Amino acid sequence: MSITVLKPGLLSSFQDLGRMGHQHLGVPVGGAMDSRAHRLANLLVGNHENEATLEITLTGPTLRFDAAACIAISGAALGPALNGKPVPNNRPLIIRKGDVLTFGARTTGLRAYMAWHGGIELPVLLSSRSTYLRGGFGGYQGRALQANDVLTPRKRLDDSKLDHLERELWKIKVYLPAALGLGSRATLRAMRGAHTSLFKEKSITDFFSSEYRISPQSERMGYRLQGNTLELKSSVQLLSEATSFGSVQVPPDGQPIVLMADRQTTGGYAKIAHIATVDLPILAQCMPGDSIKFAQIDLEQAQQLDTRREDTFEQLYQALTPLRELLANG
Amino acid sequence: MTDTAPLRWDIIPQGDRCILLVLSDQIDVAVGRRCAAAAAALRLAAIPGIDDIVPTLNSVALHYQPRLLGADTLFQHLVGKIEKVLDASLNAKQAPSVGRQITIPVCYGGEFGPDLAEVAAHCQLSPADVIRLHSHEPAYVFMLGFAPGAPYIGVHDKQLAIGRRATPRTSLPAGSVAIANRQTMIYPNASPGGWHVIGATPSILFDPEKNPSTLLAAGDTVRFVPIDPQEYLALKREAA
Repeated sequence: MSITVLKPGLLSSFQDLGRMGHQHLGVPVGGAMDSRAHRLANLLVGNHENEATLEITLTGPTLRFDAAACIAISGAALGPALNGKPVPNNRPLIIRKGDVLTFGARTTGLRAYMAWHGGIELPVLLSSRSTYLRGGFGGYQGRALQANDVLTPRKRLDDSKLDHLERELWKIKVYLPAALGLGSRATLRAMRGAHTSLFKEKSITDFFSSEYRISPQSERMGYRLQGNTLELKSSVQLLSEATSFGSVQVPPDGQPIVLMADRQTTGGYAKIAHIATVDLPILAQCMPGDSIKFAQIDLEQAQQLDTRREDTFEQLYQALTPLRELLANG
Repeated sequence: MTDTAPLRWDIIPQGDRCILLVLSDQIDVAVGRRCAAAAAALRLAAIPGIDDIVPTLNSVALHYQPRLLGADTLFQHLVGKIEKVLDASLNAKQAPSVGRQITIPVCYGGEFGPDLAEVAAHCQLSPADVIRLHSHEPAYVFMLGFAPGAPYIGVHDKQLAIGRRATPRTSLPAGSVAIANRQTMIYPNASPGGWHVIGATPSILFDPEKNPSTLLAAGDTVRFVPIDPQEYLALKREAA
């Protein structure tokens, strides 16, 4: 009753919504880079949204299922196929004993999230199942998947009921609200912060109007951007303070870094802006080489957008009640 | 604390899911203690929706989930609740005292502290004086940051004033005890680092499988105790 990793893919690691409540100990939050897609995948297999999913980066793994399962894949379109036949994102899929799931060519996005109904057996460390790659703990043995790893689902599906389950699942309309889609927007909304006015006017204008390219040195900890140099009015020594997901910090070289899921909990560089939470998934799906722009919004607008997204998730959760009931009895 | 003037603080949003309470624009132990006390009071108040409370050198960050606050004007709503807690705790007659006394053995110099001689030369002291100044009086843990369990400890004697290294080292061994800007950082795991390494401790600063997972917390007082290489190795074996 397990899943064997035949090929690990480029970087596949288990993530949930992160390690909340430990930042005062210097422990990074981590968790899914695109929490929107992570939550969506979980909801589509009847899980709680904080269940760990497999975050799959660019090139996906090859997995052999030695037992039946119900999975869903959301986020980037990385060419998933079951026994060679393409399968769609954002659908609950029934997998049978012996099936092989592969990934192929990328169409859009960078990170896909794969959820298992019932989740995978993983230790909870510091209240999370997320893998902290740099620190080497959490998730599956504190690291990305490797060939021959064996994953154990926490719940087993009844083989005799699979045909029935599959038929009933197809009958359930899964309507994905547009508010949960990413669209193709390459403009990220961002707020000014306490340090913004420390920057030269021209730098603030440049940041909110010119294009920035995502550098190859971009990963789960931070996205390095390349574009117009951002300069402080005068050199200041700032004290280390807490950082947030989406804080845009500017080191002395003037090229901004957006702090992402595995960011350090504190930092001492000036922050020119903070990206709205609602737009972080867009950035998490951007590839090195992609260009982005920033548009200024205020805190109230950002929180309204955030609230609207949360309301949409709540509606989707309610709409998926029949699916959860079906799987609970499967 | 002798000053009786009511304490003030600034409440500044940092993005849409974090609030910074800035208690001062400087670093000193009194400010650090106020940050730790504010963090402790807010933790005790358990305001729904706040899931991380992070004291730093002169501020406290509150990370929150807007959807759990349940209000229309989320930021203002939260600010009101925070003000109430701070008014009651920081301006109370007896500021709550947080923190423990922790002893950290340090083997100074040699292979354990490759920058000790350089620090001594820069500060125009002997290596023995650096060790004495670093260990003769207790120091305060302002915050953990940089890496899990990594403390910022200070403020050390004026004579130990030295900036960061011009070029950070790409890899320091776990337990490296390093100084810069009159503070000490201990690297819990092998990592790059830009501070001057004057010694090493066999103590384990972070273990995710243990509860608590860190040796230190903001608000603790630390005393560094010089040990020799034999003691270092013995303690290291014991800790393993």
